[in-house]
Amino acid sequence: MTIHIAEGDIAARTRSIVADLRSLEGPLLPILHQVQQEFGYVPQQALPVIAEELNLSRAEVHGVMTFYHDYRDHPAGRHVLKLCRAEACQSMGGDALAERIKALLGIDFHQTTLDGSVTLEAVYCLGLCACAPSAMLDGEVYGRLDDQLATELVAEARR
Amino acid sequence: MTVKIYVPRDAAALALGAEKVAKAIAQEIVARGLDAEIVRNGSRGMFWLEPLVEIEVTGKRIGYGPVKAMDVPALFDAGMLSGGGHPLCLGEVEDLPFLKEQTRLTFARCGITDPLSLGDYEAHGGLAGLRRAVSMTPVEIVKEVTDSGLRGRGGAGFPTGIKWKTVLDASGERKYIVCNADEGDSGTFADRMIMEGDPFVLIEGMAIAGLATGATKGFVYTRSEYPHAIAVMSEAIGIARQAGILGPSVLGSGRAFDIEVRTGAGAYVCGEETALLNSLEGKRGIVRAKPPLPAHKGLFDCPTVINNVISLASVPVIMERGAAFYRDFGMGRSRGTIPLQIAGNVRYGGLYETAFGLSLGDIVDRIGGGTRTGRPVKAVQVGGPLGAYFPRALFDTPFDYESFAAKDGLIGHAGIVVFDDTADMLKQARFAMEFCAVESCGKCTPCRIGSTRGVETVDKIARGIEPEKNRVLLGDLCNTMKFGSLCALGGFTPYPVMSAMTHFPEDFVPAPVVEAAE
Repeated sequence: MTIHIAEGDIAARTRSIVADLRSLEGPLLPILHQVQQEFGYVPQQALPVIAEELNLSRAEVHGVMTFYHDYRDHPAGRHVLKLCRAEACQSMGGDALAERIKALLGIDFHQTTLDGSVTLEAVYCLGLCACAPSAMLDGEVYGRLDDQLATELVAEARR
Repeated sequence: MTVKIYVPRDAAALALGAEKVAKAIAQEIVARGLDAEIVRNGSRGMFWLEPLVEIEVTGKRIGYGPVKAMDVPALFDAGMLSGGGHPLCLGEVEDLPFLKEQTRLTFARCGITDPLSLGDYEAHGGLAGLRRAVSMTPVEIVKEVTDSGLRGRGGAGFPTGIKWKTVLDASGERKYIVCNADEGDSGTFADRMIMEGDPFVLIEGMAIAGLATGATKGFVYTRSEYPHAIAVMSEAIGIARQAGILGPSVLGSGRAFDIEVRTGAGAYVCGEETALLNSLEGKRGIVRAKPPLPAHKGLFDCPTVINNVISLASVPVIMERGAAFYRDFGMGRSRGTIPLQIAGNVRYGGLYETAFGLSLGDIVDRIGGGTRTGRPVKAVQVGGPLGAYFPRALFDTPFDYESFAAKDGLIGHAGIVVFDDTADMLKQARFAMEFCAVESCGKCTPCRIGSTRGVETVDKIARGIEPEKNRVLLGDLCNTMKFGSLCALGGFTPYPVMSAMTHFPEDFVPAPVVEAAE
């Protein structure tokens, strides 16, 4: 999947996001969140704009953007499936479930299916530890996953 | 009279289908022309019963669960609205043993009230603590919290009153209250449940902290993995502001306090208080060396109280009922109640608030009902990914800070993850090292490099490469990480690794190489 966004457009839209949020105390994370919300990822071209507007070095902004797992430097698939891989989910067969989902999608973690429908991400705890194993599809949560539910979830994501 | 039907909006209930159930109930109400309304409450914390639907009948709450959407028409046919019998009927919810035996102070309202109804909140004792605080001096409030014996529920167990006193005594034109809601430990969900199920109690606790220390601004720093908590918390803050609980004059006191919610960006280390402060400032979440303490130089170099959600949410009840009331619960130097989070491979998983002092075995076997898979319990990890794995042999350990420390463990944020006998403890030790390697902020060498070397060393043991020598090496590496790391991420990773190796040595012996047949 390719998204074409003109460079000038990215700069202008980023500038407007910064203008909205710059009055916050410590505005960089909220700005990066908003940029990612706007474009689906944090485009390289947005970084110098943010740096200039906040009077930071470009290296500082790059350093922050790359430190956090949430920020992507390229677009995700149409749906993002996050699978919890932490201990509580491991104790309920989370590893086997992860293998099954990877096989169903034909991809590994941090990859997107060829048709651009699903990006698979690992997540370390959704706070659903008493109904493990759990997953999140586009912000919706699912608990007590078994093979059947996992298959349904993948089918829903691929639609 | 309009019948009230409670359907939780807690994320775990939603994960088990609460939304579909609520929709199905709404349809039945319309189709049958009934006089009933749906209240979206928080969760009672009995997740094996979720979605747990409750009906208020003559002042009592009758429960049905776990309810699936397809059960709904039959429940209406069976007279659910008047508490009618049905195989899913649980009787009066308050009488269920799991709830009845708890001492709910911090979670007193969670699952009972509509999280976004201020009227409901006040009707159930809310704001009484803040009203009392408004009439007191900062010194008096701090003394009340100190006398209660409350220790930080985020894991470190530092006395909350002493932290507050340091900030009160510190000079600064601006002071902050930062709520650490970056609940990233596997097996923990108490912070999430409070934010989703009773957000006003956290707001009230933070406002009291503001009055006590002279701070005028508060931040709730939570995780991007918790979208439901962020939504409820943000909405509740808006409601509190409208009602004058937050703003330029807290409850008309003339003293200002306001709160802002901030969302992290997927970095576990930001649960460490100084990394969290850097993240709030818009920097990489790298830990700071202490001193200076955040109480002296915290957020933007200003004096800052940084407390966990549960610590802050425990303050209103202390202010309402007095320090002595709270202190009378617990054992030794662990006072008050602790919300245990029983999770993983367990039959009755959920939130269980009780005074400190139950034995681990009591919690796992009796309250938790053993494993969900029905197999024997092999290990229990207490305190998140940085907590020790306890074998059955240590099940008599009382749940308090000192007793767990004495057995080379920690209670952390009181998350308890149960594993059955299929667990491979070498694999779990490897995971702990790998997690530390991925999540290390990179500032200090023992954590950054030690964790990567740790993964390699565990792999060598698994492959049978000089296992004896590598077990010694792993112990040495853990020792370096424990005493040489700047923060708990590198410093505590040795707990799961060493406990796995100490208590389950059989898993650290390489499998004999199978000879090819014939």
